[in-house]
Amino acid sequence: MAEPGDHLFRREAGRMVAALTRLFGVHNLALAEDVVQDAFVRALEVWKLHGMPENPSAWLMATAKNRALDILRRERTARIYAPELGRLLESEWTLAPVVAEAFGESAIRDDQLRMMFSCCHPQLPEVAQVALMLNILCGFGVSEVASAFLSKRAAMEKRIARGKKVLAGSKRLFDLSDDRDVPERLQAVQRALYLFFNEGYHGAHAELAVRSELCVEAMRLAELLLAHPRAATPESHALIALMCFNAARLPTRVDASGNLSPLYEQDRTLWDALLIAKGEALLDRSATGDSVSEFHLEAAIASLHARAPTMEETSWPMIVTLYDTLLMMHPSPVVALNRAIAVGQRDGAESGLAAIEAIADVERLAEYPFYFAALGELEQRLGRTDAAREHFLTAKSRARNPMERRFFERRAVEAAG
Amino acid sequence: MSDFLYLYRGGDSNRTPEEMQKTMEKWTSWFGDLGAKGKLKAIGEPLERTGRVVSKRTTITDGPYAEAKDLVGGYSIVTTKDIEEAAKLAEGCPIFDAGGFVEVRPIMQMSM
Repeated sequence: MAEPGDHLFRREAGRMVAALTRLFGVHNLALAEDVVQDAFVRALEVWKLHGMPENPSAWLMATAKNRALDILRRERTARIYAPELGRLLESEWTLAPVVAEAFGESAIRDDQLRMMFSCCHPQLPEVAQVALMLNILCGFGVSEVASAFLSKRAAMEKRIARGKKVLAGSKRLFDLSDDRDVPERLQAVQRALYLFFNEGYHGAHAELAVRSELCVEAMRLAELLLAHPRAATPESHALIALMCFNAARLPTRVDASGNLSPLYEQDRTLWDALLIAKGEALLDRSATGDSVSEFHLEAAIASLHARAPTMEETSWPMIVTLYDTLLMMHPSPVVALNRAIAVGQRDGAESGLAAIEAIADVERLAEYPFYFAALGELEQRLGRTDAAREHFLTAKSRARNPMERRFFERRAVEAAG
Repeated sequence: MSDFLYLYRGGDSNRTPEEMQKTMEKWTSWFGDLGAKGKLKAIGEPLERTGRVVSKRTTITDGPYAEAKDLVGGYSIVTTKDIEEAAKLAEGCPIFDAGGFVEVRPIMQMSM
């Protein structure tokens, strides 16, 4: 029996749409979504009076399956369904077994994976890719996606509609078993999942519940990668390891009153030890092959933080080295800033400030609030409270959401006091 | 004590999975509450939204209710002191969230 609040409908929506899209073809995505909606309405009407069945997920799947059979029988010639199933759907002899197969567990897992790859279409910007995944595979309504991104509903509606048009325009779902573009598309999928997770982890949504849900969903989708031999690459393992380490710390990033809590204030005993252990195991498994990706490096850094009992006992020298490598691979002022902060921990605040000054194209950080916050923290440690306060106020003026604004405000007040 | 029929009418269905799940949970707790108070005589049955209306030997498929907002989606029977109490209890029905309403009808008493 499903417990209240376990998001049964939302979770099943993605699985059902994936299976139905395989049967109807990706150009009939809207039809697949209608069938899911119908099944939910039916479930609601029956369950509210009769109570939930023993296995609600199976009930929903069976309802969707029967409806799919009806449609395929009735409109056999009216629409062109999944091209790869073609003839099989035309004969009554093969129709039922094909439909039954499509609703099997492993087929559904595969279809979700293919849908995920399809959502990461090169014609779509990354944000749209994530929005599509949330909408189609995670069952988030348009307003819920908009709220997760703190964007306007109308804009998100447009973005999702456009994404679905691109999806429907592709003849079929992305095929991992024979597509030559798998490595390239896999990279896009990993980037999108990374962004998706970060939307939850660094996201500005005020409710912890919303943010952790995004993290959980991103991880659920990312884990689908591990089920397919061509997607379960070392990079995929490293990506999920990184997610595990960060998710383990998520509950302490924001305190009980919804305020940002910096690393040095977090209660490390509240970090999720199971997730950290899982991250370590995945990181171990990611260390095969000869390439090191930025996910490997970021996961390794996150692992060092997760393992350290205190801020002081963190192996800052290792972290600096990892950031150095990361910078060589992907020069970025934000990464350089994080490296400088680590240098400040390793060699003292003066060195940290010097490292910040040495950042190439530092002007690109002019709107980044944490750049000024980092300057503020370092000045504060040197006892230059006026300078620190100034920096925190600048950070505050660049804050991107109320949570950040409150945090910089607080730091400015503490610096003055 | 008298029996009253609740007819659940209308209610739009165009909602996100999460909203539907919330609605489901509200119904469960609403019925749970009615049952706990000893007011629920029969939880009733859901009705298909299709059917036939037969009048004067003319069969009209799919019913005359073009307006989905009036369509009966199901029924229950409650036992309360009077219609005021039955109506009061119906105010807690989650159907209002979906824009539907509850019709409360006294079930006729058979007197000997």
